[in-house]
Amino acid sequence: MVYLTRKLEFSASHRYHNPAFSAEENQRIFGKCNNPHGHGHNYTLEVTVVGEPDPSTGMVLDLKELKEILEQEITQRMDHRFLNYEVEELNGQIPTCENIARVIWNLLEPKINKGRLHKVRLYETPDLFADCYRNGAPHA
Amino acid sequence: MSGRLKIELGRRYRFSASHRLHSETLNEEENRRVYGKCNNPHGHGHNYVVEVRVSGNVDPATGMIANLADLDAFVEREVIEAFDHKLLNEEVAAFRKNVPTTENLCKEIYQRLKHFPKANLERVRVEETSNNAFEYAGEEL
Repeated sequence: MVYLTRKLEFSASHRYHNPAFSAEENQRIFGKCNNPHGHGHNYTLEVTVVGEPDPSTGMVLDLKELKEILEQEITQRMDHRFLNYEVEELNGQIPTCENIARVIWNLLEPKINKGRLHKVRLYETPDLFADCYRNGAPHA
Repeated sequence: MSGRLKIELGRRYRFSASHRLHSETLNEEENRRVYGKCNNPHGHGHNYVVEVRVSGNVDPATGMIANLADLDAFVEREVIEAFDHKLLNEEVAAFRKNVPTTENLCKEIYQRLKHFPKANLERVRVEETSNNAFEYAGEEL
């Protein structure tokens, strides 16, 4: 088995706010992330696919194909968007790194048919990230 | 594809500290041979990076495995305050006996963080320099 990882960047804004909490609770729990007009990040996404290289092409999955899937599913949906209002898959969820990583997993998993999706790592900043993978998968 | 979806949160922290690699079980010559420059008598320092990964349920109300403010405060108290700008050999009890290699440092940090009450500690990675990294995930790794 070979693991291949493709990276991409997108920039987006978000705000942490739960309408079920009072204004004070929102402020206490989410801090600056609750500021009313939102704020943005340059996100870095690493997508890892695992599989056996095809003997005739030497590839697990053609990177051009993966790039196209990422463009369609992620960049077009999330790049330069306000995640709370413009990404329907995040409706009703706080757009934390954890939740965005899970949404990305759910978007990509059914589209990757050569090899299989192994891990999604989403960096919100270089010091904060979330990993999403299937439990039991060996991960590095 | 089977297996439940699992999510981990990763966070990176930094501290600077000095150490000297010197083992009481080796003689002077062996220490110099094994540790080279790292055995120089007055120690030397590094800018360490500690990467902490935790897992748990994502709380639907907050979207979080653990509130970062809680994780940051815990790591700050248990690790950063104890190690930052210290001589590890002298100022951290665990390294009076054990050589403060980054392997041992990684295990010591894991021991200190495994009691984090808000999430499960998955793994600790310590980068001694940008070219050397060590990871510890408890004994199952």
